[in-house]
Amino acid sequence: MKYLCLVYMEQQKLHAVPDRECVACGEGLRQSGKLIAAEALQPTETATTVRVRSGKMSVTDGPFAETKEQLAGFYLIEARDLNDAIQVAAKIPPAREGSVEVRPIRELAP
Amino acid sequence: MTPADPVHQTVEAVYAAESRRVLATLIRLLGDFDTAEEAMHEAFRAALEQWPREGLPVNPRAWLVSTGRFKAIDSLRRLARFDALDVVSDAALAVQDDVAWADPETLEDDRLRLIFTCCHPALSSDAQVALTLREVCGLTTEEIAHAFVTPAPTLAQRIVRAKGKIRDARIPYEVPDQASLPERLEPVLRVVYLVFNEGYAASSGTSVTRCDLSAEAIRVGRLLVDLMPEPEAIGLLALMLLHDSRRAARTDAAGDIVLLNDQDRARWDRAQIAEGTGLVERALASGQPGAYAIQAAIAAVHAEAPRADATDWHEIVGLYDVLMKTAPSPVVELNRAVAVAMADGPAAGLALIDRILERGELADYRLAHAARADLCRRLGRMADARASYHRALTLSRQEPERRFLERRLAELGELT
Repeated sequence: MKYLCLVYMEQQKLHAVPDRECVACGEGLRQSGKLIAAEALQPTETATTVRVRSGKMSVTDGPFAETKEQLAGFYLIEARDLNDAIQVAAKIPPAREGSVEVRPIRELAP
Repeated sequence: MTPADPVHQTVEAVYAAESRRVLATLIRLLGDFDTAEEAMHEAFRAALEQWPREGLPVNPRAWLVSTGRFKAIDSLRRLARFDALDVVSDAALAVQDDVAWADPETLEDDRLRLIFTCCHPALSSDAQVALTLREVCGLTTEEIAHAFVTPAPTLAQRIVRAKGKIRDARIPYEVPDQASLPERLEPVLRVVYLVFNEGYAASSGTSVTRCDLSAEAIRVGRLLVDLMPEPEAIGLLALMLLHDSRRAARTDAAGDIVLLNDQDRARWDRAQIAEGTGLVERALASGQPGAYAIQAAIAAVHAEAPRADATDWHEIVGLYDVLMKTAPSPVVELNRAVAVAMADGPAAGLALIDRILERGELADYRLAHAARADLCRRLGRMADARASYHRALTLSRQEPERRFLERRLAELGELT
């Protein structure tokens, strides 16, 4: 089953975890066959939110919700079950600075 | 067949004794709580029909599991004819070896699987409690709602959501491995103790105790000790038994609170005390005692004192010192201060309580103010005592407790 591990960090802690640690974590997961994709994100100042209402597109500056912790990156993983996914999430280095939200992937109905 | 006939009574007795075990195994075999519950009810319906004709099976539990499983597979197959085959749970359709599911150790593990799944840390604390009472104890949603003074629809929704998360996030139906056992056992014990406390000292409402919840908590506590005799599980069962042994003496005929020191110790349940103290020794013998075992040891010191004034308060203070190292908290510190007041006099205890209250964490904790009031009263500082009783009274939501505080205020010459 696929899970998306969403990494949340406070803006000022974004660089508290060295890149090479995250690279190593991703590499380790890839080798164990659990990683589908992982990326880090630019800070929320670079975010743009897009909406379409009544067929009309609107574009606004910034993230959808202004919260203390911002989405900083993600890991899309393959795990046996939630316990397995939690074990993976706990090994993601930013888990010690921010938090990791584990969400099961919903298969879209064809 | 009528409810009075013997077969009906037998089925009812089997339901009471076996329904939770049957459910626990069916969840494993069918892979889903709702399917398993439906299958279990189908199986008991079938028992009511078939047992009068065919006689009681040799192993009623095995019969019920097997019947429930076939009923579920039948209805899933019927569904599958109308729907794409792949929507049917693979776990349910996979033909399982009859011997494998009936292996005694696997069956006992099913009950642990159920407990650990209901108390999974990915579920909210409220959901853990509701699900445990519903699935492990077999209480109805209405009974749980009543016990927690929560509207039944709210509680029902809580249970539906929790089951939805178990299914959709795929919380596995398994006993945690040795490595993750400490972190997984902790919420299980917390849920059991929470249920016990809700039954023992209801946080709101008109009665001090709600026996049913405490009895359920003790039942699950026993089950845990039987299936997984971890020291803290033993400690928790001991703690619950020792507290529960005082139940009859805790309130008077009018339903008013009787403090520990004033309780009629002849009304304490000696059998529960004997069992509880035996368990304390077993838990302590394991070496590193945990928070439940230490609290149980404190309760055992009280239980062993023939009279209130024969209580070994110095030993109790010593045990609180150990507890402060194992599981420090402001409430533990407050209880220690009360024990110090008993061992070394009210002035020593009051100094500690004032220091705790100054830090502010317990500023809104009614029992901190009630304890302070009591010590001031014993020191003859009546104005301070009155102020603290008033503060406790404004924070208390439980009727008998309010009556107790009002009585104390009246004794201090102030009518409320």
